[in-house]
Amino acid sequence: MSEATASALTPQEATKKRGKFAAFIYELIKNKFLYLLALPGMLWFFVFAYLPMVGIIIAFQDFKAMKGILGSEFVGLKNFQFFFRSGDWIQIVTNTLFLNTLFIVFNTLAAVVIAVMVTELGGKWFKKITQSVMIFPHFLSWTVVAMFVMAFVATDGGFINQFIALFGFEPIQFLSSPGYWPLILVLLKIWHGAGFGSIVYMATISGINPDIYESASIDGASRFQKIRFITLPLLKPTVILLTILAVGGIFNGDFGMIYAIVGRNPMLYPTTDVIDTYLFRSMMDLGDMSMSAAIGFMQSLVGFILVLTVNAIAKKVAPESAIF
Amino acid sequence: MSIKESFSDRILKMFFYIAIALFSVYCLIPFWSVIASSLTTEASLVKNGYMFWPSEFSLDAYKLIFQDNTIYKSYGVTTFVTVVGTALSMIFTSAMAYTLSVKSVKYRNHMAFYIYFTMLFHGGLVATYLLISKYLDMKDSIWVLIIPSMLSAWNMFLLRNFFASIDDSIAESAKIDGANDAYILFRIILPISLPAIATIGLFYALSYWNKWFDAMLYINNKDLFPLQYLIQRIMNNLDFINQISADVTLPNFIPPAMTVRLATTVVTIGPIIFLYPFLQKYFVKGLMVGAVKG
Repeated sequence: MSEATASALTPQEATKKRGKFAAFIYELIKNKFLYLLALPGMLWFFVFAYLPMVGIIIAFQDFKAMKGILGSEFVGLKNFQFFFRSGDWIQIVTNTLFLNTLFIVFNTLAAVVIAVMVTELGGKWFKKITQSVMIFPHFLSWTVVAMFVMAFVATDGGFINQFIALFGFEPIQFLSSPGYWPLILVLLKIWHGAGFGSIVYMATISGINPDIYESASIDGASRFQKIRFITLPLLKPTVILLTILAVGGIFNGDFGMIYAIVGRNPMLYPTTDVIDTYLFRSMMDLGDMSMSAAIGFMQSLVGFILVLTVNAIAKKVAPESAIF
Repeated sequence: MSIKESFSDRILKMFFYIAIALFSVYCLIPFWSVIASSLTTEASLVKNGYMFWPSEFSLDAYKLIFQDNTIYKSYGVTTFVTVVGTALSMIFTSAMAYTLSVKSVKYRNHMAFYIYFTMLFHGGLVATYLLISKYLDMKDSIWVLIIPSMLSAWNMFLLRNFFASIDDSIAESAKIDGANDAYILFRIILPISLPAIATIGLFYALSYWNKWFDAMLYINNKDLFPLQYLIQRIMNNLDFINQISADVTLPNFIPPAMTVRLATTVVTIGPIIFLYPFLQKYFVKGLMVGAVKG
């Protein structure tokens, strides 16, 4: 009896398996138009996002362009050792983390302050015009911004030096003084992104139930108290979510900004050279594909782990802020 | 507004007005000064430094850059990349986003994860560079400015979320009336999604317009330099300025290096200023969609 049951199960399992495959095919046929629509996009992601992942093996090879990825010799972790032995990594990792922390903190702060202030304003025209002006810089590329920067920091004729000359000070050689650049870059980042970043916070504030403010007013709360005890606490989840997203990318230097503005000025590298600019130079100037790939791989890996970690933390602290 | 504002409330509001006004000035000053400085003579700029008001009004720099065909070529490249790129991006992005939004597509979550993963982890610059330049052999082709950046996972998910927010019953009832998927997409879903499509289209258009890194990596042919890369080049070397000054045969002529740089910058941002009302409107809208749904 038991034997019969056992032998009867096997074909059943087989049908189930065949059924799964048949169901898969059936699903593809049923929605063939929709799958076909998505196909070009899926292929694009395969070529431009997944194939480069295969290229990570270059990091473990002594890559020679002539031999290609398939023909190059494997060298284990030599590229990683070489990078860490050079000592450059301390400077570029420190700069990347330091600059990005400054950017996250000051940009978030500026965006929240702008959003809170603008919501409190009354004049419709004043609001409209200032908002348009504050958002505008976001639409410019960093190469254009770099031109603007020159007008301010140039040693001969730059605005800052024109201004301090009025008080009889010697001109500051910005282009050879790395110490000023974290500040300059933060000011630029705020200029470029704070107005735009404030939009999300303004949307959050406008979503707050006006009854809360009204009953606070009836209870005699001042404008400042309403901001302190209603607006800011209700902005907190949005601030946490956006900060988490930003912290996930803290190992990614802003290449577009830093390369466009600082470019190839070695005198400013001590404070401005980040992982991405260093990697770019070691690839283009030294042609060291393998070491560059090793740096890039570590950066991707650490970034990946960071996003997962930070999200796990977010889930615990504020479940509504987690991304996934 | 039955409750009268107290004195301290009005002071605080006053302070907010002043702070916002100052920040707006801070945002505006660089534009103002670059435009003013580009409208003066080179000699005056060298003598007086950058300025907020043109000391000796002159259009020389603009005349000079429009005499040469470099700027026209770059405008052509950037316009082509922006228009064709945005069109292709939108076709493939909305096709994909629609499939991922239809609930009867059984594997849509698997497909979504396949795309989502590329936002978390990437192969890095070296592998991408080798793939595009060596294996796909796209160097010095205008398509290298379009195809490798054609799809953005972020934009795709924004659009998918928008499509998913459309009431299912619309598509369901069309299906009962015998409409097929293509009809539903082109006749029902796309027309009611036009604002979202305009928003995502502008996201793409701006990123194509402002692209320069890809040109720096893959383009050596001067005829294919997009505007933003041209700006980057002329900031860092004098080739362009010497080239456009070569035809000038005046005695004692000094190439106006500084004003030409500034004038080229102004010419580059022109279209963005012109289209700004649209950009602002749709970008703000798009951000809201992202903030609420993303």
